[in-house]
Amino acid sequence: MISEKRFLRRFQESDFLYDFKRSPVTIVSFAVVVVLFLLAVFAELVAPTNPFDVGSLNLMNGFTPPMQPNAFTGEVFPLGADNQGRDLLSAIIFGLRVSLFVGLTAVILAMVLGVSLGLLAGYRGGWVDALIMRAADIQVTFPSILIAMLIFGVARGLLPPSMRDELAILVLIISIGLSEWVPFARTVRGTTLVEKEKEYVQAARLIGLSSRQIMLRHILPNVLSPVLVIATITLALAIIAEATLSFLGVGAPPTEPSLGTLIRIGQDFLFSGEWWILVFPAATLLALALSVNLLGDWLRDILNPRLK
Amino acid sequence: MKSLTTRLVVGMVIGLFVSSMAFAETIRWARAGDSLTMDPHAQNEGPTHALAHQIYDSLLQRDMSGAIIPSLATEWVALPDNPNVWRLKLRKGVTYHDGAAFDSEDVVFSLNRAMADGSDMKELLSSVKEVRAVDSHTVDIETNGPNPLLVNNLTNMFMMDKDWAEANNVMTPHNVAKGETNFATMNTNGTGAFKLVSRTIDEKTVLTANLNYWGKSIYPNQVTEIIYTPIQSAATRVAALLSGEVDIIQDVPVQDLGRVNSTAGLKVNTAAQNRVIFFGVDNANGPTADLRVRQAMNIAINREAIKKVVMRDQSDPTGVIMPPFVNGWTPQLNSYPAPDIAAAKALMADAGYANGFEITLNCPNDRYINDEAICQAAVGMMGQIGIKVTLDAKPKAQHFPFIKGGDSDFYMLGWGVPTFDSHYIYNFLVHTKTGDRGSWNPTGYSDPAVDAMIVSLESETDLAVRNATIAKIWAAIQAQQMYLPIHNQVLNWGMKDKIDFAVQPEDQPHFQFLTFK
Repeated sequence: MISEKRFLRRFQESDFLYDFKRSPVTIVSFAVVVVLFLLAVFAELVAPTNPFDVGSLNLMNGFTPPMQPNAFTGEVFPLGADNQGRDLLSAIIFGLRVSLFVGLTAVILAMVLGVSLGLLAGYRGGWVDALIMRAADIQVTFPSILIAMLIFGVARGLLPPSMRDELAILVLIISIGLSEWVPFARTVRGTTLVEKEKEYVQAARLIGLSSRQIMLRHILPNVLSPVLVIATITLALAIIAEATLSFLGVGAPPTEPSLGTLIRIGQDFLFSGEWWILVFPAATLLALALSVNLLGDWLRDILNPRLK
Repeated sequence: MKSLTTRLVVGMVIGLFVSSMAFAETIRWARAGDSLTMDPHAQNEGPTHALAHQIYDSLLQRDMSGAIIPSLATEWVALPDNPNVWRLKLRKGVTYHDGAAFDSEDVVFSLNRAMADGSDMKELLSSVKEVRAVDSHTVDIETNGPNPLLVNNLTNMFMMDKDWAEANNVMTPHNVAKGETNFATMNTNGTGAFKLVSRTIDEKTVLTANLNYWGKSIYPNQVTEIIYTPIQSAATRVAALLSGEVDIIQDVPVQDLGRVNSTAGLKVNTAAQNRVIFFGVDNANGPTADLRVRQAMNIAINREAIKKVVMRDQSDPTGVIMPPFVNGWTPQLNSYPAPDIAAAKALMADAGYANGFEITLNCPNDRYINDEAICQAAVGMMGQIGIKVTLDAKPKAQHFPFIKGGDSDFYMLGWGVPTFDSHYIYNFLVHTKTGDRGSWNPTGYSDPAVDAMIVSLESETDLAVRNATIAKIWAAIQAQQMYLPIHNQVLNWGMKDKIDFAVQPEDQPHFQFLTFK
């Protein structure tokens, strides 16, 4: 109890909270992210309908404008209905879940991969370092979206069509994760190079700890704060990468649309005046990516003593 | 006085410039998908023929009303003393783009090439026994028994130079379904109004007017250059037309008709198309082999909703895989059932699939009007009777070889009927899949009695008997619910309003007919 109270007190008195309270942009961003996150997690409870249940859709509801009754069925949709008669609000909430899930897991994958490779490269040095960092260099010369498309294309070719939809999300996660590991590896390697010359690491070596223990127990905790910043910014990138892939038609299937898939569907109807199919999913994506990005920027400023 | 001379000269130069401008008319043409091959006999597919028609000529062609008019053949008669033989007189003085002369030897070669292995045009010539050159500009086509409708089958049958084919080792067409290619896939030598200048698949194809074209004095021939760009995305295609980046698009998305029509300088020409859109299902294996399942799927489709919402009234729903242009069409066949989910569920339960089943729907996404959207709508409609459909939408270049190979249980296909006769549908889509018939029947449907009736149509000269047989075959396949028809397409060509160009019901633009206002 006491330690909890003390922790709370320490948190309340910290620079962290002080800065946070003084930055309205950050507060708004944080609120947006929390709201969107909660919507995604509790989608079943919040959304009026389940848009993934294709059997429940009525095509005659297609293209219903927001807040207006449909000409044939009389049904009303708060944000309108898309071309398949799907309630757009529900589709966005469920799409948000797909986007956030893909984004978060892809970042975790990229982080695990990048941090381990960076640690290894920095600590071991020599040919291990050369090999990993040259691989990173090569990876950086390709735009990450291209790599994601390549992985996605190969996986699509190898998988039987009946498994494609089920595994599409997994393939998305892997392809985005694999294309975003480089910034993690580079940062961690740089910090590791500095840290491994410090006394505490040498002391640990002297008492005969294994390299693995030194890397994981001693160096890793000291290189994590920049990783956190990169992770936040990469999350925004990953969400956009997922949306881009889905927009290009190689991501989430139309029966389980993510925000990108919804935008792809909507863009066909922009000229004909059915703006809501594009505008609402796009606005949601914008709000999400922008908020995560702003939070990441703020976190970078806060955690970097030199910028203060 | 110097000024007068100067003015005269300047005036003349400007005059020359302006008049030469009037003759240099480029048409920038776009549609959703590209031609699949330049080999004129390798793929019997609308957009492939559309590009081939600019470069190659057929013996006969159809005018805008669908009537047969001369092309490379000027006269055609069935010999009075032997009704098994059609005699065709060829046009004289026609040369290929490389300068070689066109003669009867090329006709014999081309028709045999179209009947060879790898050809996708075989079914059109399945009644042909032999093609003979009588003299340098006369050809006899002998059929197994009299075939009064043979000439209908020659309008997409392109003529290729025998010597050119020999020199480039393209004596037979390449088999697209097997992934083969040959020299003729990317190179052409036709007699048509335009020559191929350059081609990048799925990007851009440039054609230039053939100055030695035989039809120079017959058709307007105002177009001097064609730049053909496939643009798959509907929104991008319309944007290209609206911004003036292209002059004509063959497939205005239905949701954008109003916008194009109301834009100054643009117009939409509309006509009913000779093309039916339908779903094919496996008739031999899996759950869909049960007639009750096919009937359930048929009455689960809400064709009115597809027309109203997906097609925005730009389609004519149908209950038969035959456009109204075709001999054999009746309003009774065309009538379609109202959707009845309860009855469909009962049929599913009778068939032992009360809990439904899973199936993959293969669908093109750059071929027919709103093809992918129709398939998406079908996913929902099938979901209502418990069938869980996985949609696999692909570009047609992958879709067609896949379904032709017989690997699909449930697929979308569209069928135009250039011969305007039911036999064309039967020979490709209904006859049991054999070496030279039924190549687009991957459903496993096979009825020897129907096959025999289809073959008998080719030599039946009594039209009353022939039409009775046609009706019998339709009755047989309707009773088996072999296919699930959806609708007939309506064509909407969007173009600059300075262009005068009638919509051809087969969706085949012939740019030598285009005029500028």
